[in-house]
Amino acid sequence: MREVAVVGVGMTQFGMSEKTQIEMFSEAAMDAITESNIEPRDIQALFLGNGLGDFEEGQMNLAPMCAADIGMSNVPATRFEGACASATVAMRNAYLWVASGFYDIVLVGGTEKAMAMGTPMATRTFAMGSDSRYEGFAGITFPGAFGMAVHLYSKKYGIPLQKLKEQMAMVAVKNHKNGVLNPKAQFRKEITVEKVLSGIVIADPLQLLDCCPFSDGAAALVFASVDKAKELTKKPIYIAGVGQGSAGPLYTQKDFTRIKARETAVKQSYMQAGVGPKDIDVCELHDCFTIAEILATEGLGFFEFGKGSQAVEEGKTSLNGEIPINPSGGLKAKGHPIGATGAAQAYEIVKQLREECGERQVKGAKIGMIDTLGGDLATVCNMIFRR
Amino acid sequence: MEYKLTYNKYKEALMSGKFCGLKCNKCGGYTVPPKKVCMECSSEDMDVVELSARGEIKTYTVIRVPPEGFDAPYIVSMVELDEGPWVMGNIVDLDPDKATMDLIGKRVSIGHKAVKGDKFSAGDGVALAFKLEG
Repeated sequence: MREVAVVGVGMTQFGMSEKTQIEMFSEAAMDAITESNIEPRDIQALFLGNGLGDFEEGQMNLAPMCAADIGMSNVPATRFEGACASATVAMRNAYLWVASGFYDIVLVGGTEKAMAMGTPMATRTFAMGSDSRYEGFAGITFPGAFGMAVHLYSKKYGIPLQKLKEQMAMVAVKNHKNGVLNPKAQFRKEITVEKVLSGIVIADPLQLLDCCPFSDGAAALVFASVDKAKELTKKPIYIAGVGQGSAGPLYTQKDFTRIKARETAVKQSYMQAGVGPKDIDVCELHDCFTIAEILATEGLGFFEFGKGSQAVEEGKTSLNGEIPINPSGGLKAKGHPIGATGAAQAYEIVKQLREECGERQVKGAKIGMIDTLGGDLATVCNMIFRR
Repeated sequence: MEYKLTYNKYKEALMSGKFCGLKCNKCGGYTVPPKKVCMECSSEDMDVVELSARGEIKTYTVIRVPPEGFDAPYIVSMVELDEGPWVMGNIVDLDPDKATMDLIGKRVSIGHKAVKGDKFSAGDGVALAFKLEG
């Protein structure tokens, strides 16, 4: 396996878009390609994350169309689907193909137009991430699964629900505060704990501002072998480690305060990169719900199990804390166009490691991590990047 | 080897009042809902058995923003069966607005309710219905 680096990145504004999935991806992709000092014809393959394009625009086999839109008509173009982790799964595969020596330069990313569906249809299609036979007919939703995780967490660690909800609200407050500093974020407005706790209930005990929004958007990156990367850019960002893990339907996972797919994945990422949680300077992780961020900070090893909610309260995850989590605003404030999310996390980490993040820059960040979760905790994929 | 307890067979049994799962002849573990192999030891050597249909609530939520085709609010819960596995279903005999964390640890008996399908669900389905005991 040879070293692989990111040579260019691009990302659209997240939020409601008038553009199609293809148009959004093309904008992000051409920004990444231009930044890489290459032409589309130099790229040997496209790895595209996309979750629900079939339902959003009636579009299947999106990857070849995205490739054609930017003049990469005849190269292999493949869609990767791992629910909300689609783009990270695509990136891990893109990495492996370049690391193996098969390709030298590839394009990777994701696109999604979830807002086109409206809330009832979006809730229905997102719930397709559950076991459709043995769970779906109970009417479970994605927030419902995480609502159940909150109650498990509160009971297991003996943290009174009201206390835990306040700590969860602090996750939303922090991520919105970071989002204000990100011009591409869907929400750029500070909120308060009181505001989170007065929102409508979506799935007990999660309230509106505990939940990330439905979003449109795209993000893209160019990966190159280390030799090519050094020719193309003065600021290559290296991929130091990748990991992916799976789990069965939620009922098979039992106590899902511990996300086994993540614990499997991150072991691989740390081992390959030769680092541990204490070495990570900045992390973009999967805060689809406030409780999800808390579970992820524990699963990635930043805090002990059961201590993640307290860590938020102590400011350990804020921009100037011991491990800044989601400086981009996270899924919560930046937005969550599911098929693009992992690529947008990587976009942020690459920008952070290049020190191009302006007011939300984590000073001196040298090693960064992304972590993306798909379905009912069934797919987790993470990556470690370094300067 | 043929799939021992398919969804259709599981559903038919449940609709006739029998909650079935698989018991492993190798390790004695239960696999519910059914899978091709034992969730404990991966053996294919399992028999279809009728379950006690009783268990304990481990967690719950009240769905207030439902997917298309469902009317909210309703309670979704995970129950640990007396045989060990966890299953998902609906607590059907409690006003959703009265659901609190006191539910956790309560005993339930398990029945079923028919659920109308939509254009994505490959027909109608069935959900487990949990009733609080005592």
